[in-house]
Amino acid sequence: MISGAALDGVELAAGVVLAGAILALWRKDLRSLTSVLALQGIALAALAAILAATGGDVGLGVVAGVVLVTKGLVIPGLLARVVRADPGSRETAPLVNVPASLVAAAGLVILSYLVAGQLTALMPDPLTRLAPLGLATVLVGFFVLVTRRKAVSQIVGLLLVDNGVALLAFLLTAGVPLLVELGTSLDVLLVVVVLQVLATTMRARFGHVDLDQLRELHD
Amino acid sequence: MTATLAALGAASPGIWARIGASVLQVAAVAAGGPLLLGLMGKVRARAEGRVGPPITQGLRDLRKLMRKEAIRAEHTSAVSGLAPLVLVASGAVGAAVTPLVTTRPAIAGGADVFVVVYLLLMGSVALALGGLDAGTAFGGMGSSRAMTIGAISEPALLVAILALAVQAHSSNLPDIVAASLAHPGWLASPQRLLALVALVVVVIAETGRIPVDNPSTHLELTMIHEAMILEYAGTDLALVTVGEAMRLGLLLGLVANLFFPWGIGGSGGPLAVLVGLVALGAKAAAIATLIALVEVSTAKVRLFRVPELLAGGFVLAVVAVTTGLVAR
Repeated sequence: MISGAALDGVELAAGVVLAGAILALWRKDLRSLTSVLALQGIALAALAAILAATGGDVGLGVVAGVVLVTKGLVIPGLLARVVRADPGSRETAPLVNVPASLVAAAGLVILSYLVAGQLTALMPDPLTRLAPLGLATVLVGFFVLVTRRKAVSQIVGLLLVDNGVALLAFLLTAGVPLLVELGTSLDVLLVVVVLQVLATTMRARFGHVDLDQLRELHD
Repeated sequence: MTATLAALGAASPGIWARIGASVLQVAAVAAGGPLLLGLMGKVRARAEGRVGPPITQGLRDLRKLMRKEAIRAEHTSAVSGLAPLVLVASGAVGAAVTPLVTTRPAIAGGADVFVVVYLLLMGSVALALGGLDAGTAFGGMGSSRAMTIGAISEPALLVAILALAVQAHSSNLPDIVAASLAHPGWLASPQRLLALVALVVVVIAETGRIPVDNPSTHLELTMIHEAMILEYAGTDLALVTVGEAMRLGLLLGLVANLFFPWGIGGSGGPLAVLVGLVALGAKAAAIATLIALVEVSTAKVRLFRVPELLAGGFVLAVVAVTTGLVAR
Protein backbone atom coordinates (compact mmCIF):
# COMPACT_ATOMS: atom_id res chain seq x y z
CA MET A 1 0.00 0.00 0.00
CA ILE A 2 1.10 3.53 -0.68
CA SER A 3 2.65 5.44 2.23
CA GLY A 4 5.40 7.82 3.26
CA ALA A 5 6.90 10.25 0.77
CA ALA A 6 4.88 8.84 -2.15
CA LEU A 7 1.62 9.53 -0.31
CA ASP A 8 2.85 13.06 0.49
CA GLY A 9 3.51 13.61 -3.21
CA VAL A 10 0.05 12.33 -4.17
CA GLU A 11 -1.61 14.55 -1.53
CA LEU A 12 0.32 17.59 -2.74
CA ALA A 13 -0.58 16.93 -6.40
CA ALA A 14 -4.28 16.51 -5.54
CA GLY A 15 -4.12 19.75 -3.53
CA VAL A 16 -2.54 21.55 -6.50
CA VAL A 17 -5.40 20.38 -8.77
CA LEU A 18 -8.09 21.76 -6.43
CA ALA A 19 -6.14 24.98 -5.76
CA GLY A 20 -5.86 25.38 -9.54
CA ALA A 21 -9.63 25.06 -9.94
CA ILE A 22 -10.20 27.83 -7.38
CA LEU A 23 -7.48 29.99 -8.95
CA ALA A 24 -9.28 29.59 -12.30
CA LEU A 25 -12.41 31.12 -10.73
CA TRP A 26 -10.39 33.82 -9.04
CA ARG A 27 -8.19 35.15 -11.82
CA LYS A 28 -9.82 37.12 -14.63
CA ASP A 29 -6.75 37.19 -16.84
CA LEU A 30 -7.14 34.49 -19.51
CA ARG A 31 -3.39 34.11 -19.97
CA SER A 32 -2.93 33.18 -16.31
CA LEU A 33 -5.81 30.68 -16.69
CA THR A 34 -3.81 28.80 -19.31
CA SER A 35 -0.81 28.57 -16.98
CA VAL A 36 -3.11 27.35 -14.18
CA LEU A 37 -4.30 24.57 -16.52
CA ALA A 38 -0.71 23.68 -17.38
CA LEU A 39 0.10 23.45 -13.65
CA GLN A 40 -2.90 21.17 -13.10
CA GLY A 41 -1.84 18.95 -16.00
CA ILE A 42 1.69 18.64 -14.63
CA ALA A 43 0.35 17.83 -11.15
CA LEU A 44 -1.92 15.12 -12.61
CA ALA A 45 0.98 13.63 -14.56
CA ALA A 46 3.16 13.66 -11.43
CA LEU A 47 0.37 11.92 -9.48
CA ALA A 48 0.02 9.22 -12.13
CA ALA A 49 3.80 8.79 -12.27
CA ILE A 50 4.02 8.34 -8.47
CA LEU A 51 1.19 5.77 -8.54
CA ALA A 52 2.88 3.96 -11.44
CA ALA A 53 6.24 3.92 -9.65
CA THR A 54 4.82 2.60 -6.36
CA GLY A 55 2.61 0.01 -8.06
CA GLY A 56 5.20 -0.98 -10.69
CA ASP A 57 2.55 -0.43 -13.36
CA VAL A 58 4.09 0.24 -16.79
CA GLY A 59 0.75 1.09 -18.46
CA LEU A 60 0.07 3.76 -15.87
CA GLY A 61 3.55 5.17 -16.49
CA VAL A 62 2.70 5.56 -20.17
CA VAL A 63 -0.60 7.21 -19.17
CA ALA A 64 1.41 9.67 -17.03
CA GLY A 65 3.49 10.55 -20.08
CA VAL A 66 0.37 11.02 -22.23
CA VAL A 67 -1.21 13.23 -19.55
CA LEU A 68 1.96 15.32 -19.26
CA VAL A 69 2.16 15.92 -23.01
CA THR A 70 -1.56 16.59 -23.66
CA LYS A 71 -2.79 18.25 -20.46
CA GLY A 72 0.49 19.78 -19.35
CA LEU A 73 1.89 21.08 -22.62
CA VAL A 74 -0.21 20.84 -25.80
CA ILE A 75 -3.69 21.91 -24.61
CA PRO A 76 -2.53 24.92 -22.51
CA GLY A 77 -0.20 25.87 -25.38
CA LEU A 78 -3.07 25.82 -27.89
CA LEU A 79 -5.28 27.84 -25.53
CA ALA A 80 -2.51 30.38 -24.99
CA ARG A 81 -2.30 30.77 -28.77
CA VAL A 82 -6.05 31.46 -29.00
CA VAL A 83 -5.75 34.07 -26.23
CA ARG A 84 -2.72 35.70 -27.82
CA ALA A 85 -4.41 35.92 -31.21
CA ASP A 86 -7.30 37.93 -29.76
CA PRO A 87 -6.05 40.93 -27.77
CA GLY A 88 -9.63 42.16 -27.32
CA SER A 89 -10.61 39.38 -24.92
CA ARG A 90 -7.79 39.15 -22.41
CA GLU A 91 -10.23 39.03 -19.49
CA THR A 92 -13.12 36.70 -18.77
CA ALA A 93 -16.61 38.18 -18.57
CA PRO A 94 -18.27 36.28 -15.71
CA LEU A 95 -22.06 36.34 -15.29
CA VAL A 96 -21.61 36.05 -11.51
CA ASN A 97 -19.04 38.41 -9.99
CA VAL A 98 -15.81 36.99 -8.61
CA PRO A 99 -16.43 37.20 -4.82
CA ALA A 100 -19.86 35.56 -5.24
CA SER A 101 -18.47 32.78 -7.42
CA LEU A 102 -15.68 32.20 -4.89
CA VAL A 103 -18.22 31.82 -2.11
CA ALA A 104 -20.13 29.41 -4.36
CA ALA A 105 -16.89 27.47 -4.89
CA ALA A 106 -16.41 27.18 -1.12
CA GLY A 107 -19.97 25.82 -0.91
CA LEU A 108 -19.25 23.32 -3.70
CA VAL A 109 -16.12 22.08 -1.94
CA ILE A 110 -18.06 21.53 1.30
CA LEU A 111 -20.84 19.80 -0.67
CA SER A 112 -18.36 17.48 -2.36
CA TYR A 113 -16.90 16.54 1.03
CA LEU A 114 -20.38 15.75 2.34
CA VAL A 115 -21.30 13.68 -0.71
CA ALA A 116 -17.96 11.93 -1.16
CA GLY A 117 -17.84 11.10 2.54
CA GLN A 118 -20.44 8.37 1.86
CA LEU A 119 -18.34 7.07 -1.03
CA THR A 120 -15.02 7.00 0.75
CA ALA A 121 -16.61 5.26 3.75
CA LEU A 122 -17.07 2.20 1.51
CA MET A 123 -13.33 1.63 1.26
CA PRO A 124 -11.34 3.88 3.59
CA ASP A 125 -7.73 4.11 2.44
CA PRO A 126 -5.31 7.03 2.05
CA LEU A 127 -6.07 7.47 -1.66
CA THR A 128 -9.89 7.35 -1.58
CA ARG A 129 -9.70 9.86 1.31
CA LEU A 130 -8.51 12.41 -1.28
CA ALA A 131 -11.41 11.69 -3.67
CA PRO A 132 -13.46 14.74 -2.51
CA LEU A 133 -10.73 16.96 -3.99
CA GLY A 134 -11.42 15.47 -7.44
CA LEU A 135 -15.20 15.78 -7.03
CA ALA A 136 -14.79 19.42 -5.92
CA THR A 137 -12.66 20.13 -9.02
CA VAL A 138 -15.41 18.66 -11.23
CA LEU A 139 -18.11 20.79 -9.54
CA VAL A 140 -16.03 23.99 -9.74
CA GLY A 141 -15.39 23.19 -13.41
CA PHE A 142 -19.14 22.93 -14.06
CA PHE A 143 -19.60 26.25 -12.26
CA VAL A 144 -17.00 27.90 -14.54
CA LEU A 145 -18.76 26.32 -17.51
CA VAL A 146 -22.17 27.82 -16.70
CA THR A 147 -21.08 31.27 -15.49
CA ARG A 148 -18.42 32.26 -18.04
CA ARG A 149 -19.39 33.49 -21.49
CA LYS A 150 -16.20 33.70 -23.53
CA ALA A 151 -15.39 30.69 -25.70
CA VAL A 152 -11.95 30.27 -24.09
CA SER A 153 -13.22 30.42 -20.51
CA GLN A 154 -15.91 27.84 -21.32
CA ILE A 155 -13.19 25.53 -22.60
CA VAL A 156 -11.29 26.19 -19.36
CA GLY A 157 -14.39 25.00 -17.48
CA LEU A 158 -14.59 21.86 -19.62
CA LEU A 159 -10.90 21.14 -19.04
CA LEU A 160 -11.35 21.61 -15.28
CA VAL A 161 -14.14 19.02 -15.35
CA ASP A 162 -11.90 16.69 -17.34
CA ASN A 163 -8.97 17.17 -14.94
CA GLY A 164 -11.29 16.51 -11.98
CA VAL A 165 -12.56 13.30 -13.56
CA ALA A 166 -8.98 12.22 -14.29
CA LEU A 167 -8.00 12.93 -10.65
CA LEU A 168 -10.98 10.89 -9.41
CA ALA A 169 -10.06 8.03 -11.74
CA PHE A 170 -6.43 7.96 -10.56
CA LEU A 171 -7.41 8.11 -6.89
CA LEU A 172 -10.34 5.67 -6.85
CA THR A 173 -9.33 3.03 -9.39
CA ALA A 174 -5.54 3.51 -9.29
CA GLY A 175 -5.58 4.57 -12.91
CA VAL A 176 -7.59 3.79 -16.01
CA PRO A 177 -6.62 1.39 -18.81
CA LEU A 178 -4.20 2.91 -21.29
CA LEU A 179 -6.68 2.72 -24.16
CA VAL A 180 -9.38 4.65 -22.28
CA GLU A 181 -6.93 7.34 -21.15
CA LEU A 182 -5.60 7.71 -24.70
CA GLY A 183 -9.20 8.02 -25.95
CA THR A 184 -10.24 10.74 -23.48
CA SER A 185 -6.99 12.67 -23.84
CA LEU A 186 -7.26 12.75 -27.63
CA ASP A 187 -10.96 13.61 -27.33
CA VAL A 188 -10.24 16.67 -25.19
CA LEU A 189 -7.35 17.63 -27.44
CA LEU A 190 -9.67 17.47 -30.42
CA VAL A 191 -12.20 19.70 -28.65
CA VAL A 192 -9.50 22.31 -28.03
CA VAL A 193 -8.36 22.17 -31.66
CA VAL A 194 -11.97 22.59 -32.82
CA LEU A 195 -12.30 25.54 -30.44
CA GLN A 196 -9.23 27.16 -31.91
CA VAL A 197 -10.60 26.83 -35.45
CA LEU A 198 -14.04 28.01 -34.28
CA ALA A 199 -12.63 31.01 -32.39
CA THR A 200 -10.51 32.03 -35.36
CA THR A 201 -13.50 31.80 -37.71
CA MET A 202 -15.80 33.62 -35.29
CA ARG A 203 -13.32 36.45 -34.93
CA ALA A 204 -12.91 36.69 -38.69
CA ARG A 205 -16.70 36.75 -39.28
CA PHE A 206 -18.09 38.71 -36.30
CA GLY A 207 -15.03 40.34 -34.68
CA HIS A 208 -15.66 38.77 -31.25
CA VAL A 209 -15.80 35.38 -29.49
CA ASP A 210 -18.76 36.02 -27.18
CA LEU A 211 -21.00 32.94 -27.29
CA ASP A 212 -23.99 34.88 -25.91
CA GLN A 213 -24.23 36.85 -29.12
CA LEU A 214 -24.64 33.70 -31.21
CA ARG A 215 -28.33 33.48 -30.37
CA GLU A 216 -29.88 34.41 -33.67
CA LEU A 217 -29.29 33.45 -37.29
CA HIS A 218 -27.86 35.89 -39.78
CA ASP A 219 -27.78 35.68 -43.56
CA MET B 1 12.57 42.10 44.61
CA THR B 2 15.61 39.83 44.16
CA ALA B 3 13.94 37.28 46.41
CA THR B 4 10.84 37.24 44.18
CA LEU B 5 13.00 36.82 41.09
CA ALA B 6 14.95 34.00 42.71
CA ALA B 7 11.66 32.33 43.69
CA LEU B 8 10.44 32.65 40.10
CA GLY B 9 13.65 31.07 38.81
CA ALA B 10 13.33 28.24 41.30
CA ALA B 11 9.61 27.70 40.62
CA SER B 12 10.01 27.15 36.86
CA PRO B 13 13.48 26.06 35.78
CA GLY B 14 14.61 27.40 32.44
CA ILE B 15 12.35 30.43 32.70
CA TRP B 16 15.33 32.78 32.30
CA ALA B 17 16.43 31.08 29.10
CA ARG B 18 12.88 31.38 27.77
CA ILE B 19 12.64 35.05 28.71
CA GLY B 20 16.04 35.59 27.08
CA ALA B 21 14.80 33.89 23.90
CA SER B 22 11.71 36.12 23.89
CA VAL B 23 13.83 39.26 24.28
CA LEU B 24 16.02 38.04 21.43
CA GLN B 25 12.89 37.50 19.30
CA VAL B 26 11.68 41.07 19.90
CA ALA B 27 15.14 42.43 19.07
CA ALA B 28 15.34 40.26 15.95
CA VAL B 29 11.94 41.43 14.71
CA ALA B 30 12.64 45.11 15.52
CA ALA B 31 16.01 45.07 13.74
CA GLY B 32 15.05 42.51 11.11
CA GLY B 33 11.85 44.26 9.97
CA PRO B 34 13.61 47.38 8.62
CA LEU B 35 16.34 45.16 7.16
CA LEU B 36 13.71 43.03 5.36
CA LEU B 37 12.14 46.22 3.96
CA GLY B 38 15.62 47.32 2.84
CA LEU B 39 16.22 43.92 1.23
CA MET B 40 12.90 44.09 -0.64
CA GLY B 41 13.76 47.59 -1.87
CA LYS B 42 17.20 46.40 -2.99
CA VAL B 43 15.81 43.36 -4.83
CA ARG B 44 13.23 45.52 -6.60
CA ALA B 45 15.85 48.09 -7.58
CA ARG B 46 18.22 45.44 -8.93
CA ALA B 47 15.42 43.76 -10.90
CA GLU B 48 14.57 47.13 -12.43
CA GLY B 49 18.20 47.76 -13.37
CA ARG B 50 18.91 50.35 -10.66
CA VAL B 51 21.52 50.21 -7.90
CA GLY B 52 19.05 51.12 -5.16
CA PRO B 53 19.67 52.25 -1.56
CA PRO B 54 21.73 49.98 0.72
CA ILE B 55 19.85 47.34 2.71
CA THR B 56 20.56 49.22 5.95
CA GLN B 57 18.86 52.37 4.65
CA GLY B 58 15.77 51.72 6.83
CA LEU B 59 17.87 51.65 10.01
CA ARG B 60 19.72 54.84 8.96
CA ASP B 61 16.41 56.61 8.31
CA LEU B 62 15.23 55.54 11.77
CA ARG B 63 18.39 56.97 13.37
CA LYS B 64 17.82 60.26 11.53
CA LEU B 65 14.16 60.41 12.59
CA MET B 66 14.97 59.62 16.23
CA ARG B 67 17.17 62.73 16.44
CA LYS B 68 14.36 64.99 15.22
CA GLU B 69 11.64 66.66 17.20
CA ALA B 70 8.14 65.10 17.21
CA ILE B 71 5.91 67.88 15.92
CA ARG B 72 2.18 67.20 16.32
CA ALA B 73 -0.53 68.82 14.20
CA GLU B 74 -2.72 71.47 15.82
CA HIS B 75 -5.88 70.29 17.69
CA THR B 76 -4.66 66.70 17.99
CA SER B 77 -5.56 64.78 21.14
CA ALA B 78 -3.58 62.24 23.15
CA VAL B 79 -4.55 59.56 20.60
CA SER B 80 -1.95 60.88 18.14
CA GLY B 81 0.82 60.32 20.65
CA LEU B 82 -0.50 57.00 21.95
CA ALA B 83 -1.16 55.35 18.57
CA PRO B 84 2.53 54.80 17.62
CA LEU B 85 3.27 53.48 21.11
CA VAL B 86 0.36 51.00 20.97
CA LEU B 87 1.45 49.91 17.50
CA VAL B 88 5.02 49.19 18.62
CA ALA B 89 3.94 47.63 21.92
CA SER B 90 1.45 45.25 20.29
CA GLY B 91 4.09 44.24 17.73
CA ALA B 92 6.63 43.65 20.50
CA VAL B 93 4.24 41.49 22.56
CA GLY B 94 3.35 39.56 19.41
CA ALA B 95 7.03 39.01 18.64
CA ALA B 96 7.74 37.92 22.22
CA VAL B 97 5.12 35.15 22.34
CA THR B 98 5.18 33.88 18.72
CA PRO B 99 7.48 30.91 18.06
CA LEU B 100 10.11 32.64 15.90
CA VAL B 101 13.58 31.49 16.99
CA THR B 102 12.42 28.89 19.51
CA THR B 103 9.26 26.83 20.00
CA ARG B 104 9.38 27.64 23.71
CA PRO B 105 9.28 31.44 24.12
CA ALA B 106 8.19 32.95 27.46
CA ILE B 107 4.41 32.70 28.09
CA ALA B 108 4.23 30.12 25.30
CA GLY B 109 0.88 28.97 26.69
CA GLY B 110 -0.64 32.37 25.87
CA ALA B 111 0.53 32.39 22.26
CA ASP B 112 -2.83 31.40 20.84
CA VAL B 113 -3.69 32.05 17.18
CA PHE B 114 -6.44 34.41 18.28
CA VAL B 115 -4.15 36.34 20.64
CA VAL B 116 -1.50 36.99 18.01
CA VAL B 117 -4.00 37.92 15.27
CA TYR B 118 -5.81 40.30 17.61
CA LEU B 119 -2.54 41.86 18.75
CA LEU B 120 -1.85 42.65 15.09
CA LEU B 121 -5.40 43.99 14.74
CA MET B 122 -4.91 46.18 17.83
CA GLY B 123 -1.89 47.78 16.19
CA SER B 124 -3.71 48.52 12.95
CA VAL B 125 -6.76 49.95 14.76
CA ALA B 126 -4.46 52.19 16.83
CA LEU B 127 -2.79 53.45 13.66
CA ALA B 128 -6.17 54.09 12.01
CA LEU B 129 -7.29 56.12 15.05
CA GLY B 130 -4.03 58.04 14.89
CA GLY B 131 -4.69 58.81 11.24
CA LEU B 132 -8.17 60.10 12.05
CA ASP B 133 -7.02 62.20 15.01
CA ALA B 134 -5.61 65.20 13.16
CA GLY B 135 -8.91 65.57 11.29
CA THR B 136 -7.32 66.00 7.87
CA ALA B 137 -8.93 64.67 4.71
CA PHE B 138 -6.03 62.37 3.83
CA GLY B 139 -5.77 60.84 7.30
CA GLY B 140 -9.48 59.96 7.33
CA MET B 141 -9.32 58.57 3.82
CA GLY B 142 -6.30 56.42 4.62
CA SER B 143 -7.83 55.12 7.84
CA SER B 144 -11.09 54.28 6.12
CA ARG B 145 -9.30 52.38 3.36
CA ALA B 146 -7.01 50.56 5.80
CA MET B 147 -10.00 49.45 7.89
CA THR B 148 -11.93 48.33 4.79
CA ILE B 149 -9.05 46.09 3.76
CA GLY B 150 -8.35 45.01 7.34
CA ALA B 151 -11.98 43.95 7.83
CA ILE B 152 -11.54 41.29 5.12
CA SER B 153 -7.90 40.37 5.61
CA GLU B 154 -7.96 39.77 9.40
CA PRO B 155 -10.62 37.01 9.23
CA ALA B 156 -8.77 35.45 6.29
CA LEU B 157 -5.53 35.48 8.33
CA LEU B 158 -7.30 33.86 11.26
CA VAL B 159 -8.99 31.17 9.16
CA ALA B 160 -5.79 30.37 7.23
CA ILE B 161 -3.85 29.73 10.46
CA LEU B 162 -6.86 27.82 11.81
CA ALA B 163 -6.41 25.33 8.96
CA LEU B 164 -3.05 24.44 10.52
CA ALA B 165 -4.54 24.46 14.01
CA VAL B 166 -7.12 21.85 12.93
CA GLN B 167 -4.30 19.60 11.73
CA ALA B 168 -2.28 20.01 14.93
CA HIS B 169 -5.33 19.74 17.25
CA SER B 170 -4.26 22.93 19.01
CA SER B 171 -4.70 26.63 18.42
CA ASN B 172 -1.51 27.35 20.33
CA LEU B 173 1.14 28.60 17.88
CA PRO B 174 4.21 26.97 19.56
CA ASP B 175 2.29 23.66 19.66
CA ILE B 176 1.41 23.96 15.96
CA VAL B 177 5.04 24.60 15.01
CA ALA B 178 6.30 21.79 17.27
CA ALA B 179 3.69 19.38 15.82
CA SER B 180 4.64 20.24 12.23
CA LEU B 181 8.31 19.66 13.13
CA ALA B 182 7.35 16.23 14.45
CA HIS B 183 5.29 15.32 11.33
CA PRO B 184 7.28 16.28 8.21
CA GLY B 185 4.59 14.58 6.08
CA TRP B 186 2.11 17.30 7.00
CA LEU B 187 4.07 19.90 5.08
CA ALA B 188 2.86 18.48 1.75
CA SER B 189 -0.81 18.04 2.70
CA PRO B 190 -3.48 19.74 0.54
CA GLN B 191 -4.83 21.92 3.35
CA ARG B 192 -1.35 23.33 4.01
CA LEU B 193 -0.94 24.19 0.33
CA LEU B 194 -4.29 26.00 0.22
CA ALA B 195 -3.60 27.77 3.53
CA LEU B 196 -0.16 28.87 2.30
CA VAL B 197 -1.63 30.52 -0.82
CA ALA B 198 -4.30 32.21 1.32
CA LEU B 199 -1.77 33.39 3.90
CA VAL B 200 0.59 34.86 1.30
CA VAL B 201 -2.28 36.95 -0.14
CA VAL B 202 -3.24 38.13 3.34
CA VAL B 203 0.33 38.98 4.34
CA ILE B 204 0.72 41.06 1.17
CA ALA B 205 -2.50 42.96 2.03
CA GLU B 206 -1.63 43.33 5.73
CA THR B 207 1.82 44.74 5.06
CA GLY B 208 0.60 47.07 2.31
CA ARG B 209 2.65 45.72 -0.59
CA ILE B 210 1.85 45.72 -4.32
CA PRO B 211 -0.76 44.79 -5.64
CA VAL B 212 -2.79 46.10 -2.66
CA ASP B 213 -0.87 49.26 -1.77
CA ASN B 214 2.31 50.80 -3.12
CA PRO B 215 4.54 51.77 -0.18
CA SER B 216 6.85 53.94 -2.29
CA THR B 217 4.34 56.46 -3.62
CA HIS B 218 2.36 59.35 -2.18
CA LEU B 219 -0.37 59.44 -4.82
CA GLU B 220 -3.67 60.76 -3.41
CA LEU B 221 -5.88 58.43 -5.43
CA THR B 222 -4.28 55.21 -4.33
CA MET B 223 -2.31 55.60 -1.11
CA ILE B 224 -3.54 53.76 1.95
CA HIS B 225 -0.85 53.45 4.56
CA GLU B 226 1.04 56.61 3.62
CA ALA B 227 -2.17 58.65 3.91
CA MET B 228 -2.61 57.60 7.54
CA ILE B 229 0.87 58.65 8.64
CA LEU B 230 1.11 61.96 6.75
CA GLU B 231 0.70 63.96 9.97
CA TYR B 232 3.47 62.17 11.84
CA ALA B 233 7.01 63.53 12.12
CA GLY B 234 10.23 62.94 14.02
CA THR B 235 10.25 60.34 16.80
CA ASP B 236 6.52 59.59 16.30
CA LEU B 237 7.19 58.76 12.64
CA ALA B 238 10.16 56.63 13.69
CA LEU B 239 7.90 54.65 16.04
CA VAL B 240 5.25 54.16 13.34
CA THR B 241 7.92 53.03 10.86
CA VAL B 242 9.40 50.58 13.38
CA GLY B 243 5.91 49.31 14.22
CA GLU B 244 5.04 48.67 10.58
CA ALA B 245 8.42 47.02 9.92
CA MET B 246 7.91 44.78 13.00
CA ARG B 247 4.53 43.80 11.64
CA LEU B 248 6.15 42.74 8.37
CA GLY B 249 8.92 40.87 10.18
CA LEU B 250 6.44 39.13 12.49
CA LEU B 251 4.10 38.06 9.67
CA LEU B 252 6.93 36.80 7.44
CA GLY B 253 8.52 34.97 10.38
CA LEU B 254 5.15 33.42 11.23
CA VAL B 255 4.59 32.22 7.64
CA ALA B 256 8.16 30.89 7.50
CA ASN B 257 7.87 28.92 10.74
CA LEU B 258 4.32 27.66 10.27
CA PHE B 259 4.94 26.24 6.81
CA PHE B 260 8.70 25.60 6.81
CA PRO B 261 9.56 24.93 10.48
CA TRP B 262 13.07 23.61 9.80
CA GLY B 263 15.85 24.94 11.99
CA ILE B 264 13.71 26.47 14.75
CA GLY B 265 15.20 25.96 18.20
CA GLY B 266 13.40 23.53 20.51
CA SER B 267 14.12 23.06 24.19
CA GLY B 268 17.87 23.08 23.52
CA GLY B 269 20.43 25.56 24.86
CA PRO B 270 21.75 28.86 23.51
CA LEU B 271 23.22 27.13 20.46
CA ALA B 272 19.76 25.93 19.30
CA VAL B 273 18.41 29.45 19.76
CA LEU B 274 21.28 30.83 17.69
CA VAL B 275 20.65 28.28 14.91
CA GLY B 276 16.94 29.23 15.10
CA LEU B 277 17.83 32.90 14.69
CA VAL B 278 19.97 32.24 11.61
CA ALA B 279 17.31 29.93 10.12
CA LEU B 280 14.58 32.51 10.76
CA GLY B 281 16.62 35.22 9.07
CA ALA B 282 17.35 33.04 6.06
CA LYS B 283 13.73 31.89 5.64
CA ALA B 284 12.24 35.37 6.08
CA ALA B 285 14.81 36.83 3.65
CA ALA B 286 13.95 34.17 1.08
CA ILE B 287 10.20 34.88 1.33
CA ALA B 288 10.81 38.65 1.22
CA THR B 289 12.95 38.25 -1.91
CA LEU B 290 10.21 36.20 -3.60
CA ILE B 291 7.55 38.80 -2.70
CA ALA B 292 9.79 41.61 -4.04
CA LEU B 293 10.38 39.74 -7.31
CA VAL B 294 6.63 39.21 -7.77
CA GLU B 295 6.04 42.90 -6.96
CA VAL B 296 8.32 44.00 -9.79
CA SER B 297 6.20 42.20 -12.37
CA THR B 298 2.76 43.09 -10.90
CA ALA B 299 0.66 46.21 -11.29
CA LYS B 300 -1.29 47.62 -8.34
CA VAL B 301 -4.96 46.62 -8.60
CA ARG B 302 -7.71 49.19 -8.31
CA LEU B 303 -8.93 49.77 -4.76
CA PHE B 304 -12.33 48.33 -5.63
CA ARG B 305 -10.77 45.09 -6.79
CA VAL B 306 -8.83 44.56 -3.57
CA PRO B 307 -11.84 42.92 -1.82
CA GLU B 308 -12.00 40.50 -4.77
CA LEU B 309 -8.37 39.55 -4.21
CA LEU B 310 -8.88 39.11 -0.48
CA ALA B 311 -12.14 37.20 -0.94
CA GLY B 312 -10.10 34.70 -2.94
CA GLY B 313 -7.68 34.37 -0.04
CA PHE B 314 -10.52 33.96 2.43
CA VAL B 315 -12.23 31.26 0.36
CA LEU B 316 -8.96 29.35 -0.06
CA ALA B 317 -8.53 29.50 3.72
CA VAL B 318 -12.11 28.22 4.28
CA VAL B 319 -11.51 25.37 1.82
CA ALA B 320 -8.26 24.59 3.65
CA VAL B 321 -10.11 24.34 6.99
CA THR B 322 -12.83 22.16 5.41
CA THR B 323 -10.20 19.87 3.91
CA GLY B 324 -8.47 19.62 7.27
CA LEU B 325 -11.68 18.95 9.21
CA VAL B 326 -13.14 16.32 6.90
CA ALA B 327 -10.10 14.58 5.44
CA ARG B 328 -8.56 13.27 8.59
